[in-house]
Amino acid sequence: MDGPRKYPFCEIDQEECKGCGLCVNACPAKVLEISSHLNSRGFHPSSYKGSGCLGCGTCFYSCPEPGAITVYLKDYVPEGV
Amino acid sequence: MARKLMKGNYAAVYGAVLAGCEAYYGYPITPASEIAEAAAELFPKLGRTFLQAECETASINMVYGAAGCGKRVMTASSGPGISLKQEGLSYCAGSALPCVVVDVMRGGPGLGNIGPEQADYNQVVKGGGHGNYRVIVLAPNSCQEMCDLTMLAFELADKYRNPAFVLTDGVIGQMMESVEIPEPVASLPDKSSWAVKGDADTKNLINSIYLAHDELEAWNNRLLEKYRAIERDEVRFEEYRMEDAEYAVIGYGCISRVLRTVVDDAREKGVKIGLFRPISLFPFPKSAIASLPSRGIRKVLTVELSTGQLVDDVNLALGGRLISDFYGRVGGNVPSASEILGRISQLYGVKI
Amino acid sequence: MKGAVLRKPGGFNDIYKHKPGADKDRTHYCPGCGHGILHKLIAEALEDLEITDRTIVISPVGCSVFAYYYFNTGNLQVPHGRAPAVATSVSRANPGSVVISYQGDGDLAAIGGNHILQAANRGENITVFFVNNAIYGMTGGQMAPTTLEGMKTTTTPYGRNPATDGYPMKVAEMLNSLYAPTFIARTSLHDIANIRKTRAAVRKALQYNMEKKGFSIVEVLSMCPSNWKLGAVESQNWIRDHMLEVYPLGTLRDRGAEVAPRVRPRPELDPARVRETLGLGEGSGVKLERPKETPVYPNPSVRIAGFGGQGVLSAGVVLANLGLEYGYNVSWLPSYGPEMRGGTANCSVKIQDGTIGDTEATKPHVLIALNRPSMEKFEPIVASGGTLIYNSTLIDVTPSRKDIRVLAVPITGLADELGNTKVQSMVAAGAFAAATGLFALDDIIRLLPSLYSGEAIVKLNEKAVKAGFDFVRGIKS
Repeated sequence: MDGPRKYPFCEIDQEECKGCGLCVNACPAKVLEISSHLNSRGFHPSSYKGSGCLGCGTCFYSCPEPGAITVYLKDYVPEGV
Repeated sequence: MARKLMKGNYAAVYGAVLAGCEAYYGYPITPASEIAEAAAELFPKLGRTFLQAECETASINMVYGAAGCGKRVMTASSGPGISLKQEGLSYCAGSALPCVVVDVMRGGPGLGNIGPEQADYNQVVKGGGHGNYRVIVLAPNSCQEMCDLTMLAFELADKYRNPAFVLTDGVIGQMMESVEIPEPVASLPDKSSWAVKGDADTKNLINSIYLAHDELEAWNNRLLEKYRAIERDEVRFEEYRMEDAEYAVIGYGCISRVLRTVVDDAREKGVKIGLFRPISLFPFPKSAIASLPSRGIRKVLTVELSTGQLVDDVNLALGGRLISDFYGRVGGNVPSASEILGRISQLYGVKI
Repeated sequence: MKGAVLRKPGGFNDIYKHKPGADKDRTHYCPGCGHGILHKLIAEALEDLEITDRTIVISPVGCSVFAYYYFNTGNLQVPHGRAPAVATSVSRANPGSVVISYQGDGDLAAIGGNHILQAANRGENITVFFVNNAIYGMTGGQMAPTTLEGMKTTTTPYGRNPATDGYPMKVAEMLNSLYAPTFIARTSLHDIANIRKTRAAVRKALQYNMEKKGFSIVEVLSMCPSNWKLGAVESQNWIRDHMLEVYPLGTLRDRGAEVAPRVRPRPELDPARVRETLGLGEGSGVKLERPKETPVYPNPSVRIAGFGGQGVLSAGVVLANLGLEYGYNVSWLPSYGPEMRGGTANCSVKIQDGTIGDTEATKPHVLIALNRPSMEKFEPIVASGGTLIYNSTLIDVTPSRKDIRVLAVPITGLADELGNTKVQSMVAAGAFAAATGLFALDDIIRLLPSLYSGEAIVKLNEKAVKAGFDFVRGIKS
């Protein structure tokens, strides 16, 4: 990871994601996009553009995959801090 | 030990209660309805569940659920209802769930009638539902055995994690006899290793789906091993006056009672005849029947309330060493002893 | 810090160990499928309500057949459409658990239509999550009961035609016509606002389940991009544009506040209590001493026949009971079924010391004929040397057999004199006792209170037995 992360942000498991695009469509901040690269199962996964996440959870609840999206909210404190 | 006069159907429910059966799910059908009625009367008195299901299909699936939770559970029906239960029974067998089903056979096919018949033999003993599976089948011929074999059915079902049938008929179900009531079971087997109990320790899975072909084949082979063990260890039959017999009559359930009288009457006339009664229909007493010719039996007559179902298994067991003769009545008719004696006289030229 | 991060909820398994193949960390669902979203809302609720460990999920047949891969709960996979029936017994077997029936539209509304109605009508303490995507998914896009009018599926290739295929089935509304259900809602997954409403409904349904408040169901309009042949987002829009009109959203029923928690009894398995409940242990079977006089027939077989309603069957039961009390083996074989309700009825009774073979009295030692057709039918089979007791009130012909003893007893008349023809059976029993010497009159009278309740009834039957007994003894002397 390059330096300290800025909360909130979201993480998308590039292997679990099936690239359906529901999160990209739903994100109110429009900070998600479909990647140009393929994952090992042949999907173009969704990914976070790197900034602008509102921590609203819309992507998390729109995503059909149990663990594809993790959203670290504003008040998240990483372990060991 | 207490003795009571009771109907066979009632005795089956006594057996269930004594065996620690916690739930009954059923649908009314003549001539099995007294089983549901007796369960409705007795089960709630002991805090156990009685539920009249919306249909036969629901009732066997309720059995599936309770069995999956590790409870001793029972249902009962008759021909048309058993046909409807076959889907659920296949699932119970495929998921290795112990449960007890009582089939009080009536006349068929179709709606048939409510008279006694033994025409469910094939659909129960040979599986009935889809897939390769077997159910344990016990065939009582008295009210006493309706109680005792129902208890045994629970024990064997648990021992082998397999559905067990009590296969009986309208005669045994509807008649009353004196029954010596056995002691209630003191403890039930622990099923925590596989049952779903809704707690952190038993997050088990009950299912019968194996997508991978090899996995499903392996599971079928495991089931087959179980059925082989049952065939090895659980064969039950009864012989009556077979010691020096030259003729054997074979029959189960109510017909075996008539055959007992047939044997007594024929013996009075000097005919060396005995009765062979299968008690377990699966496992079928194959080797005992196979050995009849070598024990001096010259003729075998299979009698049943069907147009010929049990007789096929008798002949498979005999393996061509002898061919069983056959006498069957259907439609609710039960042959009398003298009718069968007439048949024996006609077939074998003996004077009776 | 649970609130500070949204991650794979604890109601899910970490690894889907039951899933075959290498992909044990991804679902089997197609991209954009609504099942996954609903699964997530459920799994999150299980974790937040702290019920994961006591929840049991019933997986149906359909795309969610493999729901058990994912939920970290007890799981049963069940036959097509039967989930509510299975859930019924699972919830009764484990009253402390939270039972979820997860079903699709084919499973719930077509093949399992009756089961869902009946489980709802019983108010079973289960929660049903019903995924309505208007199509069969697993089998490849066939018509569902919920398929929209005009909608093309593989089995409605020209569009669903109500004239031949019926109309979209409104399950939530149908269930809302029943009294028992506690909570019925229809929600949708077509945008985040509605996903959040679904989340709330899921929680409410499970909350009621935890509180034992009975039946709750959430019907969820859901995307099936693969079979709709649309993209995931287009599918959400399709729900909005086409399904909402047919399936209006909202809470149709919420009786949670007024429903009392349902308490299930604990099953009693203690042998002593079982014995007590079955009325066992009150001594041995033999309660009466047999009469001193040698009976006419030591091991009699008896046939009793007459009109249905003449007490034919109960007369046989009385004889069998008496035999039992004397320590005999007894059997009672009725003609059964519709015959009992009008036509003729007959029964066979055997009272023996040894094993009873055939239970039908094909050569009875004693025939009790209460009407003429019965006498004509059964007189020929009476054993030579046997006894025929016939009801001379109703039978105006005389038996023809010369090798049997014939006793004409006005059974109906004697009962009528006592003011109740219903006691014919006891008159017959008294006549039998007198004719055979098998039972003592006093013993029958002593047994009556265990057969009948109410002092007046017992007294009446006592008079009836005595009337039959005395009449036959009068003939004999």
